[in-house]
This record gives sequence, C-alpha cells and structure tokens, in this order.
Amino acid sequence: MGQGLGGLGVDEEALVSALGKWRHQPEKRAQLRKSFAGFFTADGGFERFEDDYIHYLKIEFARFKNIMVLWAMHPWERDARWANDVLHKAHPFDIIVEIACTRSSEELLGARIAYHALFHRSLEEDVAYHVRENFSNLLVGLVSAYRYEGDSINEEMAKSEAKTLGTAIKSAGVRNLVENGEVIRILTTRSKPHLRVTFKYYREMYGKSIEEDLGDELCLQETVQCLDSPPKYFSKVMDETLKDGADKNTKDALTRVIVSRADVDMEEIKAAYHEQYGAQLEDVIAMKTLGNYRDALLSLVGQ
Amino acid sequence: MATLTVPEPVPSPVEDAERLRKAFQGWGTDEKAVIAILAHRDAAQRKQIRLAYEELYKENLIKRLESELSGDFERAVYRWMFDPVEREAIMANVALKKNVDYQVIIEIACVNSPKELLVVKQAYHGRYKHSLEEDVASKTIGDFRKLLVALVSTYRYDGEEIDTGLAKSEAKILHDVIEQKIFNDEEIIRILSTRSKAQLNATFNCYKDEYGSITKALASESPNEFALALRIAIRCITSPKKYFAKVLRHAVDKSGTDEDALTRVIVMHAEKDLKEIKEMFHERTNVALEHAVAKQTSGDYKSFLLALIED
Repeated sequence: MGQGLGGLGVDEEALVSALGKWRHQPEKRAQLRKSFAGFFTADGGFERFEDDYIHYLKIEFARFKNIMVLWAMHPWERDARWANDVLHKAHPFDIIVEIACTRSSEELLGARIAYHALFHRSLEEDVAYHVRENFSNLLVGLVSAYRYEGDSINEEMAKSEAKTLGTAIKSAGVRNLVENGEVIRILTTRSKPHLRVTFKYYREMYGKSIEEDLGDELCLQETVQCLDSPPKYFSKVMDETLKDGADKNTKDALTRVIVSRADVDMEEIKAAYHEQYGAQLEDVIAMKTLGNYRDALLSLVGQ
Repeated sequence: MATLTVPEPVPSPVEDAERLRKAFQGWGTDEKAVIAILAHRDAAQRKQIRLAYEELYKENLIKRLESELSGDFERAVYRWMFDPVEREAIMANVALKKNVDYQVIIEIACVNSPKELLVVKQAYHGRYKHSLEEDVASKTIGDFRKLLVALVSTYRYDGEEIDTGLAKSEAKILHDVIEQKIFNDEEIIRILSTRSKAQLNATFNCYKDEYGSITKALASESPNEFALALRIAIRCITSPKKYFAKVLRHAVDKSGTDEDALTRVIVMHAEKDLKEIKEMFHERTNVALEHAVAKQTSGDYKSFLLALIED
C-alpha cells in the first residue's frame, strides 16, 4: 500500500484492490493505519487519519485530475490562470517569466486577452500593482511585450547591444542589474532572433555566456534562459522537478511544463534533457511518478 | 463624425486613376485635379485608386505623387493616401526620427482603443520589421523612455467595470506625488499606463472631487517637459476631441503656423471625428476652423486642407 502512495501520483489500481480486499476486515485497515507510523497518530487507542495525510492524499489524487483539466483547457486560459496564481497565490515569479518569454508573441497576446476575460483586469496592471520587488519593471516589460517575430536582424545592432549588456553587467551592483534601464530595454523589447544573436556576440566578446555572468539575479537569469532556448530552460526545470525532496511548487512544474510544451517543443526538450543529464526524460518520469498521473504524463511526453 | 465629403455617385477607381494620370502629364501638375479627386475619397476608395493606377500604369501612385508635389502640400497628401492604420504606423515611425516627437507617440498610444493600438502595432511590424516598442525604447532615454514604452506596450482592459476604492486610493497616490512635484514617480507611470480607461476616468474624477483638476496641478510654475507629457496623456485618455481642438488652436497661432500639427490632426481625423473637433474649436475661439486655416495657410496646401475640413 505504501508503494501506492508517496512520490508523485497515486497508484489507484493498487489502492483500489487493497481497499477492496479489506472491505470486511476492519482490523486490516486498522493494521494499515498502525503500520504507517509517520502518517497516523495513536490518539489514545484510536488511530485517526492525520489531517496532513488527508491533505496529502488529496494532493496526490489531485495531480491526476489537474493534468486532465489543464490539458483540456485552452492554452491562453491556462497561461492566464497560471499568471494569476503567481500574483494571488504567491506561486514562484519564474512562472511569469516562463510564460512571457517562451510563448510566441501571438500566444502571449492571447494569454493577455484571456486574462482580460477571466479577471477583468489586464495582466500588466496586476503585475505592476502586485509585484513590488526590484524586478517589477522587468516583469511588467516582459508581460507587455509584443515582439517582432520576423527573422531580419541587424548584426551591428546586436553587437552593440551585446556590448551594452556587458558594460551594464560590469558596472552594476548585483541588485541593480535587474533595474538597469538598458538591460530591461533590450530584454523586454528586442525580437527573439535578435536577442539570440546578441547573446552569441556576448559570448564571443566576454568569453562567458551571459547567463553565467548574471549569476543568481532573481528573474534575470530565467529571462535570458527562456529567451535564448526554451528547451534548455525546460529541461533544467524537469531536472529540478524530478529530484527527490522537491517541494510542492517545484513538483507542480512537472504538470505545467509537460502540458504546456507537449504540443510545442517536447522533442527538443527531451533532446536537451538527454544532453544535459544523460538520461531519457520518459524513463525518469516513469520512475518517479505513479498511476494514472504517470500514464497521462508519459502519453503527453511521447515515446 | 467625419468631415470628408465624397461625391455621389463616385467615379470608378479606373476613372479616377486616369484623371490623376492626366493631372501628372505635361509640365507641372494639375494640383486642383489631384485635390478634387483625392480629398474626396475615403480610405477604401483611395486604396482602389492606388490599385487601379498601379495596374494601368505599372507605377506606384504614392511614389508618383511624392515626385509631382512638394512642400507641406506633398506631406499632407502623402499622409492622406494611406489607410488610417498604416498611416498611424507611419506617423509613429516619423515621430521617432532624430528628435522624438513624444506628443505624437502619446497621442497614438492613448487615443486609440486597446484593439486599435494593437492593429497599429501589427502594421508597424509589417512595415518596419521592428516592433513599435523596441523603436520607441531605443530612441528615448530615462523617464521619457519609461513613460512612452509603457504607454505603447500596454493592452488595457477594455471593460467598463471600475473599482471605486481603488480609484480613490490611486487618486491619492497621484495627488501625493504631484504635490511633491516628483512627476516621474513610478507610480504615476504605473497607473497611467496600465489601468483601463474606465478606471482612469474614475480615478481622475475622484481626483477632481478631492483635489481639483489634475492637469492644472501638473502645470507647475517651472516648465517641466515630463509633466507636459503626462498632461497630454491624461487629456488623450479623458477627452481626445477637446485635446485635438487645442492642438489645432496652437497650430494656427498668429505667431507661427505649425504645419506638422495642422496636417496631422486634419488628415488623421477628416474621416473620423473632425466635425466634433471643429465644433469645439469654434466654441473656444469663436472662429471657424476653415477661417483660421484659410488665414494661416496658402496655396495648394490650403486648398487641400479646406477640402478635407469643409463638410
């Protein structure tokens, strides 16, 4: 029975069959509760379900329901709701960076339209109002972006902006970089093809990738990673989410990433994951998840 | 309402194209013929004429007009020829050359509805292979950059719902900041550039009830460009027609005519709401716009403007 729970997802079949076997054997169920020392309290002769455990069960069962609901939802609505959760349920800000930077211009616009319809506010007004940290201006800029999507790039401009970024990084105090006007301008308004060339020139000029030089700047590093290569970024997120001891928010990322990328760049993410971590993403997911939740994930990830 | 008048029945695009061709032939140009046709066709009709002309003579009509005409007249006709969306993208781009004409950028960002602004930005992508935001950002600096980029990037909620509590609190925030003359405070930019127009109107009404006129408050003793930009944005959001009537008043000032502003307002509003703007102009000055324009301009430029204004 312990195998039916724990980790990610619930092995419904095992649970159901165990429960079925013990329908007329209350002592068996009592034994079960006793054997789960960590989950049940011996409350003066009466082992009750710990509240935590009920909560835990709900979460585990919920993962499966959640993935089905999200999969059925329109991508624009999904993104709008995830963004709203960051602002009103204190989910990690990375999620806003992720949505703003890995979606196409039309998809991000769609999310903003959905946000209007769902919450009767604009996404940018809510981000501007609720986010008071020093990366607020960056975030507002990112969610407001309506980037040019064509291929035409001005190489000279890319070179010059790589230099601008380099100068800003060298001179700024660690906290100030995310508030630097030029950094925000370049990252929130330039087209993605242009930015990728800019990052390439940065590497050539300074010998390091811009991500390395950004260190642990909240939101800044994710921004650059998402703009430069979503598959690489997502493979990192996958690695974090599948680690043992990951917290709830990190675990939620598994559903979010798989559902939002299944139709977009799942193959590239799998390839990036394999390159980074030497394992097949499907195998790790299969190992770490259970039951219907696992089946759902694997079918979205594809063989 | 539009002031543009189109004859009934309207000649076919081919007829118009042929007559224009005739107007270009020989020495010089028959400007009167050009005005008689183009100043009396709406956007769809002008487009048909462009297509017909190109088909018949294998030549771009607008390029031909550019070479045949000159001066303020040419600039006005050039802007007039495009359809409204394309025109705004072009005007935005022109405004970003050398010394940024922030007034035009603010007008385009704030007068349009959220959807209209989006369409202009899409046209800008197509025409210039850049986003409007990135061009505004790279041509401006400091506080102006923050304000202008925020105003052009926003996709405001379009609904009528307002939060009166929020309107009160944000009116207070605005008041506190303006009182201390910190016009470039981030909160002003946040409120002005992200809130819906309905919400902003509610906020300005609260402001008026509690503290008086916000635009008057922004007109501090020392001329402050940024405060002026804020006033323009507020006027464009709350009462655009009144705002354009004011722009026209300044444009036909005795001390010197501002042809750019005159052309801009007349060309951009002749097929939209120039009638109401004219009425406000008259109310404020006791002079008809036609009269003021006739007095301050001359030649073909004058004829063209009057043809657009008269209804």
